[in-house]
Amino acid sequence: MSIEPRAPPRQFVARLRHALGGRAGWGGFALQILFVAALAWIGYEIVANTRANLQSLGKTFGFEFLENTAGFDVSQNLIPYSRSDTYTRVFLVGLLNTLLVAVIGIFFATVIGFVIGLGRLSPNWLLSRISGGYVELVRNLPLLFQILFWYLAVLAALPNPRQSISLFGSFFLSNRGFVIPKPIGEPGLEPFALAVVAAIIGALLLRRYARRQLFDSGRMLTIWPYVLALLIGLPLLASLIFGAPVTFEFPELKGFNFSGGSRVIPEFVALTLALSIYTAAFIAEIVRAGILAVHKGQMEAGASLGLSRGSTLRLIVVPQALRVILPPLTNQYLNLTKNSSLAVAIGYPDLFSVFAGTTLSQTGQAIEILAITMGVYLLISLVTSAIMSFYGWRISRSLGA
Amino acid sequence: MKRASLVFTLALAAGLSSQAATAQTLKTVKDRGMLSCGVGQGLPGFSSPDDKGNWTGIDVDVCRAIAAAIFNDASKVKFVPLSAKDRFTALQSGEIDVLSRNTTWTLSRDTSLGANFTGVTYYDGQGFMVKKSLKVNSALELNSASVCVQTGTTTEQNLADYFKSNNMKYEVIAFGTADEAVKAYESGRCDVFTTDVSGLYAERLKLANPADHAVLPEIISKEPLGPMVRHGDDQWFDIVKWVLFAMVNAEELGITRKNVDEMAKSDKPELRRVFGTEGNLGEQLGLTKDWVSRIVKAVGNYGESFDRNVGAGSKLGIARGLNQLWNKGGIQYAPPIR
Repeated sequence: MSIEPRAPPRQFVARLRHALGGRAGWGGFALQILFVAALAWIGYEIVANTRANLQSLGKTFGFEFLENTAGFDVSQNLIPYSRSDTYTRVFLVGLLNTLLVAVIGIFFATVIGFVIGLGRLSPNWLLSRISGGYVELVRNLPLLFQILFWYLAVLAALPNPRQSISLFGSFFLSNRGFVIPKPIGEPGLEPFALAVVAAIIGALLLRRYARRQLFDSGRMLTIWPYVLALLIGLPLLASLIFGAPVTFEFPELKGFNFSGGSRVIPEFVALTLALSIYTAAFIAEIVRAGILAVHKGQMEAGASLGLSRGSTLRLIVVPQALRVILPPLTNQYLNLTKNSSLAVAIGYPDLFSVFAGTTLSQTGQAIEILAITMGVYLLISLVTSAIMSFYGWRISRSLGA
Repeated sequence: MKRASLVFTLALAAGLSSQAATAQTLKTVKDRGMLSCGVGQGLPGFSSPDDKGNWTGIDVDVCRAIAAAIFNDASKVKFVPLSAKDRFTALQSGEIDVLSRNTTWTLSRDTSLGANFTGVTYYDGQGFMVKKSLKVNSALELNSASVCVQTGTTTEQNLADYFKSNNMKYEVIAFGTADEAVKAYESGRCDVFTTDVSGLYAERLKLANPADHAVLPEIISKEPLGPMVRHGDDQWFDIVKWVLFAMVNAEELGITRKNVDEMAKSDKPELRRVFGTEGNLGEQLGLTKDWVSRIVKAVGNYGESFDRNVGAGSKLGIARGLNQLWNKGGIQYAPPIR
């Protein structure tokens, strides 16, 4: 039996086969077609059945309901809102409340997380054990439980408005929240704001100049007195010339509650507190992992240069660790934002509560409202990811990687 | 809360999309051998489970009566506890066959939710509860108060209307469930808790010191509470509607749990029609001839159910008031069974 040399496959067909089916060839191609067909069929069934079922319930699909009057009030609104506004307005109020909790929660979670994460690596026995205990305790308790705990704990600890704890007669702390004098803009506000911006720009320029001096000629310039003078002096000067930028409306106890002033409601405090503390436990572990991922030679190198432990961490270790920390950190930020939808349990009016909750149950437009809500959470998450990716890209660039 | 609502939301998406439109609820229920009934999460008098998991209440009795009419067995009910916010979604998605959860009948709910009200089990109105120590005697003195409320209710909207039309300021804190709202009220977060008056009496029983709290005299709304079914199945709509009418008619005719067998032997034409010894009214509904006696044997007539759950025979001790029969000074009225 002679062995016939196999005819080489035609180049074009081989390429096509490879492109469509990968290594599995035509078989893989057929599988992919089947898979896409199955997906398309499921999609079609979902749409067709939804339509048929909506029809049998006598319901219409559409977004006209967004223009109807909401007819209910919301306890915290960052933009003016009353019961006669539309559901669109409710949506915006809820969205802003969600974003507020997310942004402030992310800030505190990051700060606490870094402190605990670094604390866990500290050579100080007590500090590292306390940090370890924090992480183990907090991350192993359900979040909803923690939110309720903080809410009821905060409420239980605080007196009623008539016995509220008062600071200087103008700050009041009670179970209705923290009431502070409300700043009201005056004509002097604009020049004041301009002065602040100018002072910040000036300070940044100074810093840049000092750095250049340091790198170019090795001269250390002491700039902080100038920066301080700039930051305080310029706005002060502006308000002396143009008058006070703001006056304050002081809160007053009237009837059951304080009128006037601005108020931070306890629901917001409890939710932000619980989310920050909970997420910080995870961030702490991420920070610890990131720092341990940097070779310990880097720490030793820093020490041999005569840098203190703090400086070594700040200048050498953390910048390198950030590359490892950022992707999982982004995850935690997204988790925090999504977890904020637990707010409904303690009556904080976030997007999920006022829009996917109250509005949904009032209008019955479930599919539309859920689609919008999902879209918004998706958008928030994507924007967060994009910001973090951009930051990661800048770090990689500055590290020359 | 969020978990639960997510489940129902997903159930809705799945329910609306997966099952082909079914208009045969009765057949589905019979095939399943069980009625799936949406009820409250623990409102004494209306729907609350005891420590052994037995549900009682006037809303629960409606579920049991329907099960009795279909299966001749009032225990064939699966109770699904729902928050105010999730109840309609659960009904729309097919998770439950009937919603019997102190739900107020309004025009918008009758139209936009894809569901129908089948009647009124309890004529209620919204009121306010405050701590006696506040020394408030009227709802009109509540300017600048903080109010705890359950979200997704007509209560939430009436509240906004009432304070607006009386030019009063207030702060609303809306919670996912009644329990959370009451807990916040009790902890002092709010000055006022508001819901239907029957609900106020029921929730007050659960507070640490019920005597420290007072229900204000103002009734600020009409709250006719009744069961709901999905659009698109007229037979099922008729069954649920007439089960309640049968309970009211039974009270009017003096048929009680005790005398139902006696009465069934009567030769009065009216009673013969009701008990199915004459005609086939029950079968026209898709039930059996003895449907009314099944219902009365299971839960009693409307008056018996009322007394046992919310009235004189219960802890709540609410007077019949509007819920008395039409010929005894109330407005409970059922079309005739003929």
